Amino acid sequence: MPLSDKPNRRKGDKFPSSIELRLPSRLGYEKVAMNTAASVARLMGFSEERVDDLKTAVAEACINAMEHGNKLDESLSVGVVLSMDANSLEVKVTDTGDGPKSKTGAPDIDKKMLGEEEARGMGMFLIQALVDEAEWVSSPPAGSYARMVIHLSNPPV
Amino acid sequence: MPELVTRVTVEELPAASGDPITVLRFSGDITSASQPAVMGTYEGLPETAKRILLDFSQVEYLNSSGIALVIQMMIAASKKGQTIHTFGLSPHFKKVFTMVGITKYTTLHPDEATACAAFG
Repeated sequence: MPLSDKPNRRKGDKFPSSIELRLPSRLGYEKVAMNTAASVARLMGFSEERVDDLKTAVAEACINAMEHGNKLDESLSVGVVLSMDANSLEVKVTDTGDGPKSKTGAPDIDKKMLGEEEARGMGMFLIQALVDEAEWVSSPPAGSYARMVIHLSNPPV
Repeated sequence: MPELVTRVTVEELPAASGDPITVLRFSGDITSASQPAVMGTYEGLPETAKRILLDFSQVEYLNSSGIALVIQMMIAASKKGQTIHTFGLSPHFKKVFTMVGITKYTTLHPDEATACAAFG
């Protein structure tokens, strides 16, 4: 396949490759994706701070896919594709749902404390805050995905 | 697999002055499955408990549903006039707690001694 067919690849990439997982829609299994993403990020040279950011973002994306996308139907899988190039790591988390209706803003802790906002519902906010790029793509009936990217601040020469 | 059980132990520590400090020591995972352990333990505290210290130093995994439980506990504590201090969070979760605004309602301390001293 020509290099240009892979949107995550860039000129000068030295090791374009990808890893794919399929998880059951069962809470707790997001840790498989989280730990795989952490291992890959460490191998690529990301700092522990960035690895921790990615772990939380990947876990939250998988939980959203299981709970909201696949409605915790264990017969439906959550797909996770990690794509690496020399400068960045992209993680796509797919489910069979319609995708989020709208983006959630920053949580308002005062409203939560007053009971005017649910205590839950911080996952998308955390994802956006912790990775360099985040987007949610809805493509029914095929399903939807969350896409997250982190970039190396000092990529290998 | 997959989720580790949430364990919460309760300890009472004497304070330098004033009411004793009730410490909730969490370990394992804190997730949506932790509601009975977290809120059940909190709701079982005696009415006399006015100073609450949260110890996260042995927590293996915390997600946004777990953070929501911490917020629920703070809502309940606020209604009861309790004061909450926190320690034992990793630098990453200190950042996350700050991002979601929890630090308006509890102070995150580097260690237990500093946290206990903060009750005055």
